[in-house]
Amino acid sequence: MPSGTLAQETWRRFKTNKLAMAGAVVVLFLFVISILAPLVSPHDPNQFHLKRVLESPSWDHLLGTDELGRDVLARMIYGAQISLKVGFVAVGIATLIGIVLGALAGYYSGWVDAVIMRLVDIMLCFPAFFLILAVIALLEPSIWNIMIVIGLTSWMGVARLVRAEFMGLKNREFVSAARVLGASDYRIIFRHLMPNAMAPVLVSATLGVAGAILTESALSFLGIGVQPPTPSWGNILTAGKDNIEVAWWLSVFPGLAILVTVLAYNLLGEGLREALDPRLRE
Amino acid sequence: MFFYLFKRLLTMIPLLLGITLISFTVIHLAPGKPTDLALDLNPAVTKEVKEKMERLYGLDKPLHVQYWNWLKRLAVLDFGNSFATDGRPVLDKIGERLPITITINLLSMALIMAVAIPLGIASATRPHSLFDQATTVFVFVGFAIPTFWLALLLMILFGLELNWLPISGLTSYNYDQLGPFMQAWDRVQHLILPVLISAFGGLAGMSRYMRANMLEVIRQDYITTARAKGLKERVVIYKHALRNALMPVITLLGLSVPGLIGGSVIFESIFAIPGLGQLFYQGVMSRDYPLVMGGLVIGAVLTLLGNLLADLSYAIVDPRIRVK
Repeated sequence: MPSGTLAQETWRRFKTNKLAMAGAVVVLFLFVISILAPLVSPHDPNQFHLKRVLESPSWDHLLGTDELGRDVLARMIYGAQISLKVGFVAVGIATLIGIVLGALAGYYSGWVDAVIMRLVDIMLCFPAFFLILAVIALLEPSIWNIMIVIGLTSWMGVARLVRAEFMGLKNREFVSAARVLGASDYRIIFRHLMPNAMAPVLVSATLGVAGAILTESALSFLGIGVQPPTPSWGNILTAGKDNIEVAWWLSVFPGLAILVTVLAYNLLGEGLREALDPRLRE
Repeated sequence: MFFYLFKRLLTMIPLLLGITLISFTVIHLAPGKPTDLALDLNPAVTKEVKEKMERLYGLDKPLHVQYWNWLKRLAVLDFGNSFATDGRPVLDKIGERLPITITINLLSMALIMAVAIPLGIASATRPHSLFDQATTVFVFVGFAIPTFWLALLLMILFGLELNWLPISGLTSYNYDQLGPFMQAWDRVQHLILPVLISAFGGLAGMSRYMRANMLEVIRQDYITTARAKGLKERVVIYKHALRNALMPVITLLGLSVPGLIGGSVIFESIFAIPGLGQLFYQGVMSRDYPLVMGGLVIGAVLTLLGNLLADLSYAIVDPRIRVK
């Protein structure tokens, strides 16, 4: 039995999973592209060229140009930045809310648990997309509002996960021991229980990034997400729909980018799940 | 069974109240008053008229009074009148759109069941085979594909390139001149792409779920027993295993209701289908507050009903639930 820290063991198991590694590579690639966007982008994403509107892919414009003659590849590179930002901030918000509410519900039980779990049930009743649409349209459709609203409507899964972990752990000896030693509730929750609940939260957050990216692209596609001229994969697709009969490249490439990105996060998440919990391996 | 139903209905009351409270809060979070947009655009509106309007809608009262008044009207199914120029009751507007959305969602649920269940069984009975791996790939792609993008691609392929299927609306422009048979065929043709698109996401989820259920059930002792007493493999799988693996699927169908209704916004605006999703989207874009509030409440209540139906069906097929 090889020894090492949990992180080392997880990594050892993770790297044998080819699909998960492929996902990790794609995610890493997108990070690099987003950070280096000004360096790797072949053109200025907002530079109009009204004489070069809707040109099909060529050596100068590898993925063609859009309805204003802007370079599609450049807009997609900057769009990757947006996806990444929305994915991580939205999931960060959702995870934070889910952890706090789930921990409170699982640790205190009783009426605290009852109230929080009813709130979860109620939030799950709303078609999430309806709720998101309503809030964003009533506020301003901006990238920050999108992140906040996606976060506020997607914390329920994490809350349930953390609650379940806490319910299973809170009567174990190490918790009683901590309590006998005089640890406060706050200390027990965050120092003793939370680390044990982090593995499933990490998996669900990774899968959550994929979901947030899909939601953002759908909102932007409908015109209530990221607003032009800021490029996002979703709003390039809106132009694709408007020019569907003449410019296939506007529809095909941004969609492929979303598909590959979401797929990569899902594979990464599934890989993490298996690596963190070896019992799941068939 | 009646006791179970009664208990289930009782637990729905706090949920219903919570739904109305959240819908109300969401709308009133927005800066400005709901009447602002309708009135600011009209230069003829004076300050007095505006105040009169606010009194008419009760907007001058404190929030908890407004909420209570709104609840009292909801109790008699009065969702107020739309801010749109037609000014019709919200309930009527939603009522005429709802059947379209529900029909499409029921059709896509049927499609999901018809495809995902055999797919799940086939991959579970041949785990790690080429077929199983191909299904897994399909499932992962299905999870990751943006439905609106898939809709665009299918529109390009079947609508524009092959010219096989119509890509917008529910009927053709010459619908009224067609015979009854051709009218039915026309409707079917218009429904194919929307139903396919709205089913696609659920298809992936359901077949993966079905596979996991089947694998779980096949490991049980009673399956070994069935095999040991010499039953044909076909009987073991399709009679003994399938029945047990199907039960959790009912719950999943109930849980998929909010996703289907939410998803209707996307495919209905792409295919120009006059359903609830499109109405809600238009209401949101024109800040039609009564319509948005009504849409939120009705969308959530539909989910609640979907879950209730799923739980009841579950209680019918699995007697253990009723006793608990």
